[in-house]
Amino acid sequence: MKFRFDRETRRQWKDVVMNVAALLCVAIALIPLGSILLEASLRGVQSLSPNFFTLTNANGGIGNAIQGTLILIALTALIALPVGILTGIYLAEYGKNRFGAGVRFFVEVMTQIPSIVVGIFAFSLILELGAVGIVSPRLVFSTTTGVIALSTIMIPFVARTSEEALRLVPVSTRESALALGIPRYRAILRVVLPSASSAVITGGLLGVARVGGETAPLLMTCLGSSFWFGGLDQPCESLPHTIYVFALGPDAALNQAAWGASLILILMMLGISITSRMIIRLRSVSR
Amino acid sequence: MAAKVRTEGLSAWYGPKKAIEDITLDFEEHAVSAIIGPSGCGKSTLIRCLNRMHETIPKTRVEGKVVLGGEDIYALPAVTVRRRIGMVFQKANPFPTMSIYENVVAGLRLNGERNRDKLDAAVLESLKQAALWDEVKDSLDKSGASLSGGQQQRLCIARALAVRPEVLLMDEPCSALDPIATAKIEDLIFDLRKDYTLVIVTHNMQQAARVADTTAFMYLGHLIEVNRTRDLFEKPRETLTESYITGRFG
Repeated sequence: MKFRFDRETRRQWKDVVMNVAALLCVAIALIPLGSILLEASLRGVQSLSPNFFTLTNANGGIGNAIQGTLILIALTALIALPVGILTGIYLAEYGKNRFGAGVRFFVEVMTQIPSIVVGIFAFSLILELGAVGIVSPRLVFSTTTGVIALSTIMIPFVARTSEEALRLVPVSTRESALALGIPRYRAILRVVLPSASSAVITGGLLGVARVGGETAPLLMTCLGSSFWFGGLDQPCESLPHTIYVFALGPDAALNQAAWGASLILILMMLGISITSRMIIRLRSVSR
Repeated sequence: MAAKVRTEGLSAWYGPKKAIEDITLDFEEHAVSAIIGPSGCGKSTLIRCLNRMHETIPKTRVEGKVVLGGEDIYALPAVTVRRRIGMVFQKANPFPTMSIYENVVAGLRLNGERNRDKLDAAVLESLKQAALWDEVKDSLDKSGASLSGGQQQRLCIARALAVRPEVLLMDEPCSALDPIATAKIEDLIFDLRKDYTLVIVTHNMQQAARVADTTAFMYLGHLIEVNRTRDLFEKPRETLTESYITGRFG
């Protein structure tokens, strides 16, 4: 058999090779993801039982960890969403000057700081404040310090995504609002922000998912706890921390429970992603 | 006829670049004034100076006066000026998250009007004035973006009219529309003259000839000539005007 390697054949072959290479890369990227999901599901399912959700860490359950993670996420969102979104509004609407460029650069750098460094920041901040007597030294390992650390991670993330979302709103939308004699701040809050709302909400939810999975900064702030939530000035358990402790634990039952906790954490974050997608879809359908 | 709006020695800059220079021009009350000229001649800049939209772009500057019924608009708050002098843009831009109803009342509502009866009345009157009422009266709660291009532009006109301006500026309002939608808007401009003072920027000379009472011709930031529309097109005084309207450049 004789191959005819004219131009057309060469092109077709190149096309095939590129397609195969692309598919191969997709497979390589998906294998770890699929294996994590599969492993966590298969092994995690075995540890799921009513007790698993109602007992505390001390008794082999993850009830207090779910509670802690939900409290941490809620408090962090309460701080980081308004601050982050308002920062994004500033950057997109008012930040076309040197100060704005400086803030933008700063926010950009903040998003790339390793989360453990943020943990050290929150830890030292409260430690220093405790040393001079502004706060109780006990606060160093507490929910409050954890929320400070998580907010420090989430604020720049939300600021970036909100800024990008707002920038996608056409100038003409802003102009037509201003041309109606609407004051600028109201045009931004009532016309521009709603136009970008699905992207802003998505950014906020992804930010929540991001901090929900953080472990490193919590190791030196919330510390972890074997008990139910005891107050903002007390250490607090969280799912990532439970996984960390259980996985390194000495007995096989704990290791097994770590898989269950992983599955729950994955499902929670997956739920957030799916919710954000549904919000986008619902909003675009109603249009 | 009396001048409703008058510019006196008006110049405007984008950064260091001067876009219009020393324009002194009257816009008559209850009349349509057209501004024509080739791209980049400063006609849009001029119209944007009339309701202080020029200054919304960073690093811009204006010198000279714009007088509205005896008052210098640069001495008034910008939001007040924009409520008295409305504007319609080249591309129809209804607010994407708002229904047709909400679009029309946006200017009223976001300036604090809450009275439902007043808002309802404004929607009816503005949509009728914009010749859109019959087409949308059964779908007021649908998104403004669901309308056709020409309908969207009439919705934007209704939105501008709802705040009861004295003057309506239109920056190439038909350049993105097909001939049928254009004809509808032109009819509308003709009718609106009874109640408003209209200024329309267009690069379409036939359009100026069809709708405008007076026409001003601008070139490279200067006002070259202004006259009754018919006179400007039939007996231009300046050779530049003549070459432009006969299509020798531009």
